[in-house]
Amino acid sequence: MPKRTDLSSILIIGSGPIVIGQGAEFDYSGTQAARALKEEGYRVILANSNPATIMTDPEVADRTYIEPVTPEWVAKIIERERPDALLPTMGGQTALNVAMALAKDGTLAKYGVELIGANERAIRIAEDRDEFAQAMRRIGLATPPGVTVHSVDEGLAAVERTGYPAILRPSFTLGGTGGGIAYNREEFETMLGRGLELSPVGSVLVERSILGWKEFELEVMRDGYDNVVIVCSIENIDPMGVHTGDSITVAPAMTLSDREYQVMRDGACKIIREVGVAAGGCNVQFAVNPDTGEQLVIEMNPRVSRSSALASKATGFPIARIGAKLAVGYRLDELPNDITKTTPASFEPVLDYVVVKIPRFAFEKFPTANPVLTTQMKSVGEVMAIGRTFKEAFQKGFRGLEIGRPGWTIGETPADDRLSDTSREGLLAAVRTPTPERLFQVKRALLAGIAVRDIAECSRIDPWFLYQMEELVEAEKEWAVGRYVGKSVDEMPRPTDLPTYRPTDELRRMKRMGFSDRQLADARGLTEDEVRDRRHALGIRPAYKMVDTCAGEFPSVTPYLYSSYDEENEVGPGGDKTVIILGSGPNRIGQGVEFDYCCVRAALAFREMGYRTVMVNSNPETVSTDFDISDALYFEPLTLEDVLEIVHLEKPLGVVVQFGGQTPLRLARGLEAAGVPILGTPPEAIDAAEDRGRFEAIVRELGIAQPPNGTAMSYQEAVREAEKIGWPVLIRPSYVLGGRAMQIVYDAESMKEFFAKAERVAPGHPVLIDHFLEDAFEADVDAIADGHRCVIGGVMQHIEDAGIHSGDSACVLPPYLITEAQVEEMRRYTRAFAQRIGVIGLLNVQYAIKHGVVYVLEVNPRASRTVPFVSKTTGVPLASLAAAVMTGKTLDELGVIDEVAQPYVAVKEAVFPFNKLPGVDLILGPEMRSTGEVMGIADSFGMAFAKAQASADGSLPESGAVFVTVNDHDKPTVAPIARRFHELGFQVLATEGTARYLQQRGIPTERVLKVYEGRPNAVDLVVSGKVQLLINTPLGKLTQQDDYILRQAALQHRVPYTTTMSAANAACDAIIALRSRVGEVRSLQEWHAMSKAIRVAPSP
Amino acid sequence: MTDHPAFVLLEDGTWFSGTTRLPAGPSFGEVVFTTSLTGYQETFTDPSYLGQIVVMTAPMIGNYGVNDSDMESGKPQIRGVVVRELSRTPSNWRATGALDQWLQAAGVPVIEGVDTRRLTRHIRSRGAMRGVIAVGSAPTADVVAQLGASPSMEGLDLASIASVKERYSEGHDGPHVVAYDFGMKRNIVRMLVAAGCRVTVVPAKTTPEEVRSLDPDGLFLANGPGDPAAIGYAIANIRELASSGLPTFGICLGCQLVGLAFGGRTVKLSYGHRGGNHPVRELATGRVLITAQNHGFAVEGSADGIPGAPDLLPTYVNLNDGTVEGVRHKALPVFAVQYHPEASPGPHDAYPHFGEFLALMGAASAQNPATS
Repeated sequence: MPKRTDLSSILIIGSGPIVIGQGAEFDYSGTQAARALKEEGYRVILANSNPATIMTDPEVADRTYIEPVTPEWVAKIIERERPDALLPTMGGQTALNVAMALAKDGTLAKYGVELIGANERAIRIAEDRDEFAQAMRRIGLATPPGVTVHSVDEGLAAVERTGYPAILRPSFTLGGTGGGIAYNREEFETMLGRGLELSPVGSVLVERSILGWKEFELEVMRDGYDNVVIVCSIENIDPMGVHTGDSITVAPAMTLSDREYQVMRDGACKIIREVGVAAGGCNVQFAVNPDTGEQLVIEMNPRVSRSSALASKATGFPIARIGAKLAVGYRLDELPNDITKTTPASFEPVLDYVVVKIPRFAFEKFPTANPVLTTQMKSVGEVMAIGRTFKEAFQKGFRGLEIGRPGWTIGETPADDRLSDTSREGLLAAVRTPTPERLFQVKRALLAGIAVRDIAECSRIDPWFLYQMEELVEAEKEWAVGRYVGKSVDEMPRPTDLPTYRPTDELRRMKRMGFSDRQLADARGLTEDEVRDRRHALGIRPAYKMVDTCAGEFPSVTPYLYSSYDEENEVGPGGDKTVIILGSGPNRIGQGVEFDYCCVRAALAFREMGYRTVMVNSNPETVSTDFDISDALYFEPLTLEDVLEIVHLEKPLGVVVQFGGQTPLRLARGLEAAGVPILGTPPEAIDAAEDRGRFEAIVRELGIAQPPNGTAMSYQEAVREAEKIGWPVLIRPSYVLGGRAMQIVYDAESMKEFFAKAERVAPGHPVLIDHFLEDAFEADVDAIADGHRCVIGGVMQHIEDAGIHSGDSACVLPPYLITEAQVEEMRRYTRAFAQRIGVIGLLNVQYAIKHGVVYVLEVNPRASRTVPFVSKTTGVPLASLAAAVMTGKTLDELGVIDEVAQPYVAVKEAVFPFNKLPGVDLILGPEMRSTGEVMGIADSFGMAFAKAQASADGSLPESGAVFVTVNDHDKPTVAPIARRFHELGFQVLATEGTARYLQQRGIPTERVLKVYEGRPNAVDLVVSGKVQLLINTPLGKLTQQDDYILRQAALQHRVPYTTTMSAANAACDAIIALRSRVGEVRSLQEWHAMSKAIRVAPSP
Repeated sequence: MTDHPAFVLLEDGTWFSGTTRLPAGPSFGEVVFTTSLTGYQETFTDPSYLGQIVVMTAPMIGNYGVNDSDMESGKPQIRGVVVRELSRTPSNWRATGALDQWLQAAGVPVIEGVDTRRLTRHIRSRGAMRGVIAVGSAPTADVVAQLGASPSMEGLDLASIASVKERYSEGHDGPHVVAYDFGMKRNIVRMLVAAGCRVTVVPAKTTPEEVRSLDPDGLFLANGPGDPAAIGYAIANIRELASSGLPTFGICLGCQLVGLAFGGRTVKLSYGHRGGNHPVRELATGRVLITAQNHGFAVEGSADGIPGAPDLLPTYVNLNDGTVEGVRHKALPVFAVQYHPEASPGPHDAYPHFGEFLALMGAASAQNPATS
């Protein structure tokens, strides 16, 4: 059957901001779905609050709404657009929840909107643990025994029957939020309370623990004619008890016999039919008892997921794209296999390679968070690696993770591998507990000669994986001493086409196991270059093979490639117009989807200009690793070794390093040293901006103000410098990303603490010290330059004061509290920097404004985090233009005349992982900790800010009580804010000091007890729902704990909070906007039509 | 243990380096590949692979070891195994041993470290051909000559070799099925018995008279190795028995024999269908089944018909290449499928065919109560 013709417009809901548990994978799936439906001629309407995504680019859909992904706001979009159908399966749990709410409240029925892809019943059965368990019983499948409870008392009764350790799974939360493993009653009560609070329906499943069972996932698709295929099987190396998002996973499954696999496959087919996914995909998780083979169904998700994105990348089968087509009526066998183009989509991909996914964590940014991995996801990104064998993929995965390890390599010290005791007992105890470092601990255990079966018994990792790891350890030992017993001495040169190919060569053998040049060098005390030179002299280079969905059975036309030290290379150079774009690797805090956005825009732009575009990236969650974005995709780690080999093969015109964040920038010098041409701003110019001494000279030369600064190698030196330039100082190690270890230091004592911690951050590099401009405004400027001229993309003012990392601060475009003269000054400086440094492409400059003086903080001659936000606001595709500029086009030729001005306001707000990492304080600082961002766009600042808050899951109250407790420094600032709230009719609550201060200024304020003052206290009010907004700044050492408890209470009970004065003020504006009129939605396409060019002073 | 250099040489002169830990004399056979991700033990013991050297496109083989129950016949039937990497330390609760030791005990050479993808792509573009696994760094003139002299698959009657020599029975109740064994997989017998049949497995050359003397309710035609056109005796016997109105069900080689028996022709496919992911469409309903396949020959024809066999209706076609995957007789209770509904290894989508066969026998006995 062809597609449905009774539908003409379809609404797709995105997943909102990137948070732990719901990441960039939904940009990938949403973008695919939108493109798939658009090419079928449907009018596609998109709702997503996340500006950093490709899916919210105005070209992707017909109508793009960057609005809060909440039932209230999506209903407004429906009312305005009247879509025929709603596809809720592409935007994670967020989209499913919104769709369910709109179905329940009658909105969908009222406007005649049909749910396609998954219906209400399927969504409900999949999410409601009891209904799911019943459904499984109906089809003869077993689930872990469990009880759904709605109160702590009910839970305590339930756990009597199910026993400890108990698994807690709150209903309808994403990424297992609020879930966990409780080993005793105390833990159980705490976790259950939290879980009930976090579940939107207030229920939690208490389940029998099957810790240590093997965990598998199947990705299933079904069309409207009941044809079912399994796209991929995935096996978790970490057994049950670790969220699959935090597990190292392998595709295809490695340790299942056909008999076991087929039972699982039958189960998955039955499940998708019974739950009733009418046309689309789902993910099913199974647990297998390693001793008996008993299989239990853990859960199913009737939507695309992180695993389905991984499965798509692992197999070449585009699940979201096919899912979208099935949703509008196609049959699987009517759709082509997009990789082979010769066979249909109604088949099951087979792999002739092994895929390993490794999660990337950010615990270094959250030292107080518990690093033990459990059923609630904690990782912020992931890397995928493809190799011909498990060992090859495993090693590639670790070096692609970009955590400073050249492969599966132990840390310099046991502490690096989270070990305090390296005795046999210590190692075995450590591997019992899953943490991000567990497999490094396993390596140490193997190196210590501990038997696989002992490690398996403690870790419950399947011995097969451990044996594979043991083989790596053995090979590494043999290599270190230059002895490989299997090496044959009587080998004859090969007479045919591949004279140097001998699988038994010692070096080739190591490369075939995935060892990097650097690992091999380290093992023998050589340099990486020495190993590389030797390897090249022997003619040992990787062969590139295709991911073709069919293990070579059919010809394939899609160059989706990976390297392997195998015999036959399947690709050659693709002509003389090749451009290589280096992606941004695994997502992490400070380097997320926004850089992928830039890479994708650039790739599409180069293609449009007639270049053959080659993408290199290792992140399966991204749009850039969709094989149809570029002309060739190399799914490879972003290390110098891997990139140099691709360059050697492709012989490109140049390599593009400025779109993927720090990952490609770090490679720039090495590439240049190897004679590889870099397109755009030359590495030398990048260095001029990054090298402190050189940059200072440039700033002086241009006559621009800079906060007084210095460098220091020791604590004493640092104190001397600080006294010279004036306290407080902003202090950080050089060459860091995302404000890593950056801190504001007010005195010598805190300086001492910093040095105690900072030592390991960047050994050998000095510590940078800047005078901290307290209470200054900060601003970001994004611009584009062609070597002659520089055009401003946008000037953004931070809402939070200086001292909060720019990635964590809300910002507004255009600026609202800076004078036009100051904005003009920043424009002028930015152009001067572009000119002086020699920028060709994008640049970002950060400024601070204090007492009317504009200071420059830093210049980044590359794509910044804010490029997508600026482009979404202005409609100017900065990254695409930058790609054009790099090919030698001038801005004049591109028709880029001037900055574009808007008669509207856009606000970007950061989104934090605090509710996923219990125990982390939510006070902001110079170290970036947000995982994602949202955007609010409206015709006034207040409304844009209100929308941004609603999108960031902090919907502001329109009435009620505001609770103010701030430090002395902030008291003068908070008084007028409190007055505004009072005038708005809010009840003002405050703790003693603040209350007295406000009362003295005539603001009616009710005093509330601090925690140590007795009860009912501040926390009680928050817990009992008597506070609608919390304004809190840290009160100093004495009450630190008190403050912390208060903020945690607000977080847990979902009370909106603000920890800065400027944000509190903005919240006030927003509340006024919310109360004065109804919030309206408008598409980006309509907003952009209002933008117009304004005159700015011509460049000198 | 030491890795000895070894190679796979094809009859067109192309060869592939690898290693072996168990040096042995050269082993010759037709080199074919299977894309099954799991089920190597079932594959290696499937008599349809008799005389072949099997390339596993899945790169990690041996992971879950071997056991006593995943046997499709009494022993490995293949002439050699080519893998990218062989796992020596299996892990599975059912495992009773390691694959390499099991193959060694059966005298089957295994070469590893081979770029199996290159080999697969080569066969895909040039077709399945004869080859040899031998020890050494490069082929010698001697091995090349021996390979040239080794038998080709076409025109080869391997079914009579693979078949049982003595008939045997399984199951106690239900309709009586006489099964011609041309190299029958054990799981077919298990499936027939599980479906409620009493099965008598008979040698490939059993005469129609002998079959009739067993008083069958149905006739089953098994899978098996080799060229169907080379076993004329079976074709004639099947024509005779099936034409008498005896409900008949054929799988794989059995399907090709039905085609030949009713006037059709068979062709050798360039590189065959071997794996567990082949989509076939049921022409009557449009439904798609994911099937297990293992065949180098096929009934000539398409969805439009079977040339030379006007009484046969194509029932299933392969969605990848349009080849015939199933036939049914227009008047007689006879049907056959080219793929393997018994799976083992492979998906179970086509299990219902055993029920269809049962229904066919039931209907036949209802129509002709006198004959039952």
